[in-house]
Amino acid sequence: MKLTHHRTLGFAYLTLSAAALVAGVLLSLLMRLHLAWPDWPLPLHGPVLPEEYLGLVTLHGTLMLFFVLTIAPLWGFGNLILPAQIGSRRMAFPLLNATAFWTTVAALLTLLASPFVAGGSPISGWTAYPPLSAIAAAGPGQAAGMDMWLASIALFGLATFMSAVNMLTTIVCLRCDGMAWHRLPLTVWGWFTAALLSLPAFAVLLAALLLLFCDRHLGTGFFLPATLVVNGALAHSPTNGSPLLWLHLFWFFGHPEVYIAILPGMGLTSMVLANFARRRVFAYRLMIAVMLAIGVLGILVWGHHMFVAGLSPFAGSAFAISTMAIALPASAEVLSWIATVWGSRPRLPTAMLFALGFVSLFIAGGLTGPILAQPILDQYLHNTFFVVAHFHLIMAMAGIFGLFLATYYWFPLLTGRTLNERLGRLHFAGTIIGAYATFLPMHLTGLAGEPRQYAQLTGIAGPAGALLAGTMPLQRFITYAAIFLAVAQITFFANLWTTLRSRTRCSQNPWDATTMEWAPEALDPIATEYPEPQTHVAPCEYSLDGANFHPQWLPFTQPEGPE
Amino acid sequence: MLLMQAATLGQRFWRLPADAAAHGPALDRHLLLNLWIVLALLALAHVLLMVGVARRRAHTPPRRQALIEFLPLAGLALLFAFLSAHAEALWQTARYTGADPAALQVEVTGMQFAWYFRYPGADAIFGVTKPELVAPGEGNPLGLDSTDAHSADDFVSSQLVLPAGRQVDLRLRSQDVIHGFSVPEMRLKQNAVPGQTIHIHFTPTTPGSYAILCSQLCGLGHYRMAATLRVVAEPDFEAWLAQHNAGVER
Amino acid sequence: MPAIFTPPRTGPHRKDSRDKLGEGDHGAGRQPPPDKRTGGNGDGDNWNDRPVGSRGPRERLTQTRIGLGSALAGDLMFFVALISAFFVTKSNGHFNPYGEYIYAWLPTTIPKILWANTVVLLLSSATAEMARRSMFREHDVMDEWFGLGRPTSRRASIWLAATLLLGMSFLAGQWNAWQQLAAQHVFFRSNPSSHFFYLITVTHALHLFLGLAALVAALAVLRASRQFATRQIFVDTTVWYWHAMGALWIFLFVLLEFFQ
Repeated sequence: MKLTHHRTLGFAYLTLSAAALVAGVLLSLLMRLHLAWPDWPLPLHGPVLPEEYLGLVTLHGTLMLFFVLTIAPLWGFGNLILPAQIGSRRMAFPLLNATAFWTTVAALLTLLASPFVAGGSPISGWTAYPPLSAIAAAGPGQAAGMDMWLASIALFGLATFMSAVNMLTTIVCLRCDGMAWHRLPLTVWGWFTAALLSLPAFAVLLAALLLLFCDRHLGTGFFLPATLVVNGALAHSPTNGSPLLWLHLFWFFGHPEVYIAILPGMGLTSMVLANFARRRVFAYRLMIAVMLAIGVLGILVWGHHMFVAGLSPFAGSAFAISTMAIALPASAEVLSWIATVWGSRPRLPTAMLFALGFVSLFIAGGLTGPILAQPILDQYLHNTFFVVAHFHLIMAMAGIFGLFLATYYWFPLLTGRTLNERLGRLHFAGTIIGAYATFLPMHLTGLAGEPRQYAQLTGIAGPAGALLAGTMPLQRFITYAAIFLAVAQITFFANLWTTLRSRTRCSQNPWDATTMEWAPEALDPIATEYPEPQTHVAPCEYSLDGANFHPQWLPFTQPEGPE
Repeated sequence: MLLMQAATLGQRFWRLPADAAAHGPALDRHLLLNLWIVLALLALAHVLLMVGVARRRAHTPPRRQALIEFLPLAGLALLFAFLSAHAEALWQTARYTGADPAALQVEVTGMQFAWYFRYPGADAIFGVTKPELVAPGEGNPLGLDSTDAHSADDFVSSQLVLPAGRQVDLRLRSQDVIHGFSVPEMRLKQNAVPGQTIHIHFTPTTPGSYAILCSQLCGLGHYRMAATLRVVAEPDFEAWLAQHNAGVER
Repeated sequence: MPAIFTPPRTGPHRKDSRDKLGEGDHGAGRQPPPDKRTGGNGDGDNWNDRPVGSRGPRERLTQTRIGLGSALAGDLMFFVALISAFFVTKSNGHFNPYGEYIYAWLPTTIPKILWANTVVLLLSSATAEMARRSMFREHDVMDEWFGLGRPTSRRASIWLAATLLLGMSFLAGQWNAWQQLAAQHVFFRSNPSSHFFYLITVTHALHLFLGLAALVAALAVLRASRQFATRQIFVDTTVWYWHAMGALWIFLFVLLEFFQ
């Protein structure tokens, strides 16, 4: 396999994100353990210091959002499946694609090295609000560690930029004959919208990083007011900037970024539900429009992260409206999913279970969105665990379910073996129970007033201590649930291991799928003797009883024989 | 009466802390309404999903797009519009207008990792503060300029003491990084941004001691950047004020 | 494997509301065949019969142009973000402890040489366009296509070299402008306005360095590549990038000159 081949890169991206995922999960477990038992010293390390806890927060967020939820669905499965799904044997710019991958590797290594520099890892979270992130004296890890973080994210931004250009050009130019835009599977539309969003989003992020770099090292103060007293020392800035400028730039990137992470999963869920329900996706063209609408609205809602950040209250009202508006296309998606499976008595292999789980988590996490979109309620809920629960359900858990769904669904295609169903069901049950048991109670601790990013909830004097200590029983429960959730993933890795070692092969198209990647020759690296792929019909053409289907790659023939 | 009881029950079910501000009950009612609606929609969607999967296979797939997509969407749009409009009304009362001119003035300053509360004293005017004079070790955490005429009667407290039933106008400032001024029992949250003075006003109603937290990640001591809000009856407040004013004069 | 697919309705087609709703696609409406006039090597060799992605130079050209276009669109957002920061910072004043309004922004006097630089960059765009056009002049292209010498590439090389020289003199001019400002003690750190002057001109200059590298690469490809299509693509892409940077500069220059 050539190093620039998209499938090599796809597997490499998945390996990279699996490593990041394992690291991120372990970091989150450390956080949970520390929250529930703050006095428990870490073996071989000793007690967890507050700055170390915040380092865990920062690394966990950065790893998960960038190196798992962005690269795995978009560039991992995108590279593996997308060309075949549009009937192409290659990507538009293989060299660019490979360069992007190695840049991502460099970004990940830089990030993972940040805890080991002087001062340790940065502590300002994945949002890196200045002045905390702009002034080295503002905390441990804000000197060299923060520089590593900046370098890592800048590299990541460049890599994403390159990959997005490659993916967009591939979709626009390399669709095979007959693959008209309305015949593209919704998965491709998800990738397309996500890649389209990531260009402006990451461009703005890069500009913001450049300005922050200037603030840190070149004596400017784009994000710093005229005078500050940080850590007892006076800091002057000639610029008289405003920290709010960073918030605007960052969330202009940050909000689209969460849609980038979830859109491919949404598209895939539509396709998989339809496939096992043996139905067309309900309101197919509307769903295309809805995805693009989510993409467009997604860049108009960034201010809802700033309702209580010092924004004008009038701006708050405006962003509340645009944010409420985005709930409608998202609801349209959910309605389509329910209508697609309604009365279809689908087969329920693990892939389908994960698709249904995705829908469930999307609903559970999405419904709290409109609550947080109301500025007056955000005045109470902002930066509490209610928000943590919201985005972990809709982005993290739904995103991960999208990844598991993709793995179970495409595993036969990529390896010629189906993952073990019994282990798969066990994995699904453990994961969905663990996910809900971990994140539903967080709504309650958030409603009780627990703020985010607190290194510990005990040992604080006064009424504040009483308020926080009141959540401790639930905290312990959440920690147990999180451990359960993490342990449940062992079944998945066991499944991968045993399946990859087994010799039994499955049929070429075990799910009777209709999309192009399941064509017999679609993934053959040297498929020169096969005719050029052609698309003849839209995806998801099944007969009424669901027994027969018409794959996209087969020419349409009039039925012969007796009616 | 019944409504009140239902609200209390809801508050307990959702673990909301006690509510001690004038705008709180309306906010709580709206929040609880939202939560119940969301819970109902969550249940409804899951019932539909499960029933849909379990049902006998239909002869024809559902086709009525208008009925299945647009009708529920219109319903949801109305629901969201209603919730938004109600929330917007509350938001406008809370934020669109400034405080009552007669409101009690208190300046809140956040710094790593403490809150300081400054009362303007008898002249009701805050004295000048200068960053270069900041010296927490010497008892001047805010950098109060002693040469300024207005600063003589200012006094700084580490506890926020407020009279019940009187509106208070807080001016939020920060010396170093962004902090979040959060009082859960007052249903109040607003970031303090360095370089800016942000006004926020509310009326505490119930005497008691309440938690003041930092809600915006501000550094390693973020978790312990807590303070206490003590709401007392008006006479007690006057007595407290007099005691502190005397302290300043001595 | 799939059996024969039976369409749900084979009877006469009724145009009722259900048809409008059903997004069924029974293959009757295949994409119209692509333009058949894309060429080939004769003797029944038709580029349209080849796989997508190897249908001759026009297809590759379109592909690189679309890639470049999307990259430039993203890049534009980068500058839009910088410019929005420019306006935000420009509008920021603050009150000092005595209640006096402090407005730190002192407009940077733009050295006059920037006007000359702008003219030079416009000229370089013109020469670049000459190089690009010469790569697509049909008569010469045919000669070169059949291997009868390299008239086109030679002519394009001259124009590209001219562009390279003009581009380097633009950068030298920018360097001179920075020197002039430094002589007046206007440095990057001096003032919010000077931050942005340097930030914008330097990031633009870095983009131009990339453009210069592309020009050098295109010149090398013109000499070294045997495939005429590759030579065309390199020149075309480089020139479009160069134009975009020229247009961007006009935009940035107007901003710096008139909107401080």
